Amino acid sequence: MTSLNFEKVSVRYGQRHAVQEFSEAVRPGEWLCLIGPNGAGKSSLLRAIVGIVTFTGNIVVDGAPLGDRNSRRRAQLVAYVPQMPVMPSDMNAYEYVLLGRNPYVSHFGFETVHDSSMVDSVFERLDLCDFANRQLGTLSGGERQRVAIARAVAQEAPILLLDEPTSSLDIGHQQQALELVDKLRREHGLTVVSAMHDLTLAGSYADRLVLMHEGLRVVGGTAEEVLRAETLAEFYGVSVHVHHEPDGTVAVIPRRTLKS
Amino acid sequence: MSSPWWIPTAAAALLLALLVGVMIGPAGPTWWRIPLALVDRLPLVAVDSGVSESEWNIVWLIRMPRVVLAGLVGATLSIAGASYQGVFRNPLVDPYLLGVAAGAGLGATFVFTINRAGSSNWLIDPLPLAAFGCGLGAVLLTYVVGTAFGGEKSSTTLVLAGVAVTSLVTAVQAFLLQRHSDVLREVYTWILGRLSTATWSDVRLVIPYVILSTTVLLFHRRLLDVLRVGDDEATALGANVRRIRLVVVLSATLGTAAVVAVSGLIGFVGIIVPHAVRLLAGASYRVVLPLSLLFGAAFLIVADIPGRILSNPAETPIGVVTAFLGAPFFLLILRTRQASR
Repeated sequence: MTSLNFEKVSVRYGQRHAVQEFSEAVRPGEWLCLIGPNGAGKSSLLRAIVGIVTFTGNIVVDGAPLGDRNSRRRAQLVAYVPQMPVMPSDMNAYEYVLLGRNPYVSHFGFETVHDSSMVDSVFERLDLCDFANRQLGTLSGGERQRVAIARAVAQEAPILLLDEPTSSLDIGHQQQALELVDKLRREHGLTVVSAMHDLTLAGSYADRLVLMHEGLRVVGGTAEEVLRAETLAEFYGVSVHVHHEPDGTVAVIPRRTLKS
Repeated sequence: MSSPWWIPTAAAALLLALLVGVMIGPAGPTWWRIPLALVDRLPLVAVDSGVSESEWNIVWLIRMPRVVLAGLVGATLSIAGASYQGVFRNPLVDPYLLGVAAGAGLGATFVFTINRAGSSNWLIDPLPLAAFGCGLGAVLLTYVVGTAFGGEKSSTTLVLAGVAVTSLVTAVQAFLLQRHSDVLREVYTWILGRLSTATWSDVRLVIPYVILSTTVLLFHRRLLDVLRVGDDEATALGANVRRIRLVVVLSATLGTAAVVAVSGLIGFVGIIVPHAVRLLAGASYRVVLPLSLLFGAAFLIVADIPGRILSNPAETPIGVVTAFLGAPFFLLILRTRQASR
């Protein structure tokens, strides 16, 4: 299992600070969920880890800064499922999941038998065998999300990053996708960092939540500690009921402010 | 048809095109004797083909280099077009996108305006050299300008830089032509493309560049598939997007500049062949690149045949034929493909 530490990580887009001196330690095998209003810097932080945006500070995986590693080695350590994965409609699911093996293939090289049997086993484990020859354009939202997760699994990286994994899914598929991630996490000892808008789902699946606001880390802790009505009112500007279930689940229910 | 059969099919199509290409022509031996003569040339085989030495010379010195050159040009333009479409993630892009055609046109115009007649007894023909050099120069200028304004981050800037450089170069060419209107016709003929003057020395001139360029591109077919998910996700998958784009653009440009230098600007091949391949065999670059190479060669060899027979001896420019044959053919594929869905 692999740890992930952020040491004063900052991301800037021109003059705008998207993330400011973010520090946090993610324990091996932990699921950390980043929450916060739109523009809080959650996605920017995830994009910094996988090298899509440049950052200052250090992101340390198992004691070694990610910046010291080349891009293929980094992709062997960190897999990323973006909020809206680009899914070429004329690519089939097998070709798509095979892309996850890219970090293990040299620039001029091609996939080996090991890579293709690895992809086959991912299709079996995720119960996707029926989809292998389907064009991505013909998949439903829930199927697309599972195929996108399958690609990340094929990457065999110990750290999995998920940007809004449930945003385009109905409630059933939301649960299905998060259960899948949770199962993979337990089976493979993955360390998971996700950004999520649905606070109730975030609280029930993640071990710890970190609330971000305008690029800053505001507060971190368990769902019970972070999901408090006053905190959410201050940073989201919403009025909510926070409901505590007997099993420890924290439900966040928006309250209607104007009632006729 | 399943994917393992496409490569042999395309190779067979190319062989057939080569054979038909050397069998047809206004002068020379009877067509059916030519395969016999070819077999006769093989080591350890002796066949009485009834082709005289002078007839054989027509086949070997006039038809063969022309057919081979057509194959090389078609293969290079097609694979370069497919590769450009891959790195720019835009199906409407052709290998002339970043200014190689405009540059080559300017180079040719220079040679025609500065005294074409005077260079006829030079040891080396300056026309392909100038076209090649200026074609490469224009693309390098595009790359320098594009990356200076952030083009390494997004391919859009690079494409826009290509548009700007193309306009600039075309403007210079138009200016030169205005002042030397006597060479207008020659330049225009060159621009439309021709294979009629092909010799073995043309083939020798382009073959190192064609081999280098197509080999490098073929080795990038897997990475072009990685780029299909966009720059960001390709980066997250560990691909060095900037380096891939640079290497692919440079190799495709090198090959394109070389073939343009000897054949002029043969349009349409670089778009139509990769698209036909995608419609037939799927969009994965692992299949599209090798098939574009083979079908591109076959297509241009076949497209060159009507030009040689029609309006003989004043030939129809090959660029006109490719568009004339290519467009309806493309629409036909599009239609059958749509009907089968």
